[in-house]
Amino acid sequence: MAGIIAPRTLAAPSTILVAAWGLLVSGALAHHLLVSLARVSVGLAIGVSVGTVLAVTAGLSRAGEEVVDAPMQMLRTLPFLGLVPLFILWFGIGETPKIALVALGTTFPIYLNVFAGIRGVDRKLVEAAQVFGLNRAGLIRHVILPGALPSGLVGLRYSLGVGWLSLVVAEQINAEAGIGYLISDARDFLRTDVIVVGLLIYALLGLTADALVRALERQALRGRPSLMSER
Amino acid sequence: MSEASSAVRVRNLTRRFGDRVVLDGLNLDLAAGERVALLGRSGSGKTTLLRTLAGLDPAPSDAEIVLPRPVSVVFQEPRLLPWKQVWRNVALGLGGDDIRARAQTALREVGLERHLDAWPATLSGGEAQRVALARALVRQPALLLLDEPFAALDALTRIRMHGLVTELWRAHAPTTLIVTHDVDEAVLLADRCVVLAQGRLVADIRVDLPHPRRHAHPRFAELRQALLRILGVETELEHAA
Repeated sequence: MAGIIAPRTLAAPSTILVAAWGLLVSGALAHHLLVSLARVSVGLAIGVSVGTVLAVTAGLSRAGEEVVDAPMQMLRTLPFLGLVPLFILWFGIGETPKIALVALGTTFPIYLNVFAGIRGVDRKLVEAAQVFGLNRAGLIRHVILPGALPSGLVGLRYSLGVGWLSLVVAEQINAEAGIGYLISDARDFLRTDVIVVGLLIYALLGLTADALVRALERQALRGRPSLMSER
Repeated sequence: MSEASSAVRVRNLTRRFGDRVVLDGLNLDLAAGERVALLGRSGSGKTTLLRTLAGLDPAPSDAEIVLPRPVSVVFQEPRLLPWKQVWRNVALGLGGDDIRARAQTALREVGLERHLDAWPATLSGGEAQRVALARALVRQPALLLLDEPFAALDALTRIRMHGLVTELWRAHAPTTLIVTHDVDEAVLLADRCVVLAQGRLVADIRVDLPHPRRHAHPRFAELRQALLRILGVETELEHAA
């Protein structure tokens, strides 16, 4: 391979391995990774919470739907990465705009899927639970949210994808750490090897996150009949 | 039955869906501990009446409805939450530290103690309906509402459920209203059969048969025939006569 593609275009696999090793032993990789992970985790936690609360509000009453759903559908169609300039003006260049971007991006898939999940909950189960004395909070906790969970988990998987995407964009602007910073810094020095290492890390993170949600799904949905289960 | 002893008292209950009058100034009394079967053709308002008593449909303000509490319901389908193990379904909405023990006792009564930790999806139709029965009884209901609880079960399971319900009645003695379209079931289980037609009770027949009841009893056939006639079903026997 060496010599066929110029290193400026794409580094040789051997060079990439060496770069990866270098980043690993220097601790730089761990440092940037932790920064990125923290941003995604906090942003995702906010996005999931806000998305769920909005979905419950819109899902459980007509009034809630009218107040929440239309604005959400409108905002959803907005390419939210286009808000970066505005976020920088609003939140400065620290951690806040990066986390806010992740939170914003992850809110919509959660909202849409939990909302659809809530509307799909079997009315008969809700009635039975009402007869047995569950109040509104109890209904939400024991019937509505568990009923919306399968669909909510689909939303979570989407959200994770969007979360990383937001981070790539956010970290290439005014960042001083994080995988995105690593990549954009490498670009300035024409280090295609480091850029590829960064991209590989993104890919690995995406796969790991998806595997985690699948494991969570298996655990959370155990006992439920499905097309693929034995019974 | 004297009015004073009635545990359930319904007066002037009218329900309309659009132009259709489903319940038309209905009056109903149930004595404490009495088991009453509510019969009627489909669309006669049986389920509407039961849902109103269960609080699932709004009661109109001009109706008088007096019910003993707590009220438990067993629906035609088990309506178990698939994401909760059997005992948690039974204990749904209960408070206190000993809810698992209470659920266990109730499940023992319906013969499902070993399924305490099972998931609802692994139960048969009959087992799931027994769990629904345990869930209703664990609350020590003063009024038990049964909405065609055995209609979806196969004939053999239904026979066993009849036996089980009779036993449970002996132990708990809640006032019971059982909606059914099965005349045999009504005569087999109830102290009294009432028939609903055009939104009113058109018949009120005491079942004067000793327990355990047998289909072979001549009075059983008479009652069955009388009810079928009220329901507008002509039996072959009558054609032959």
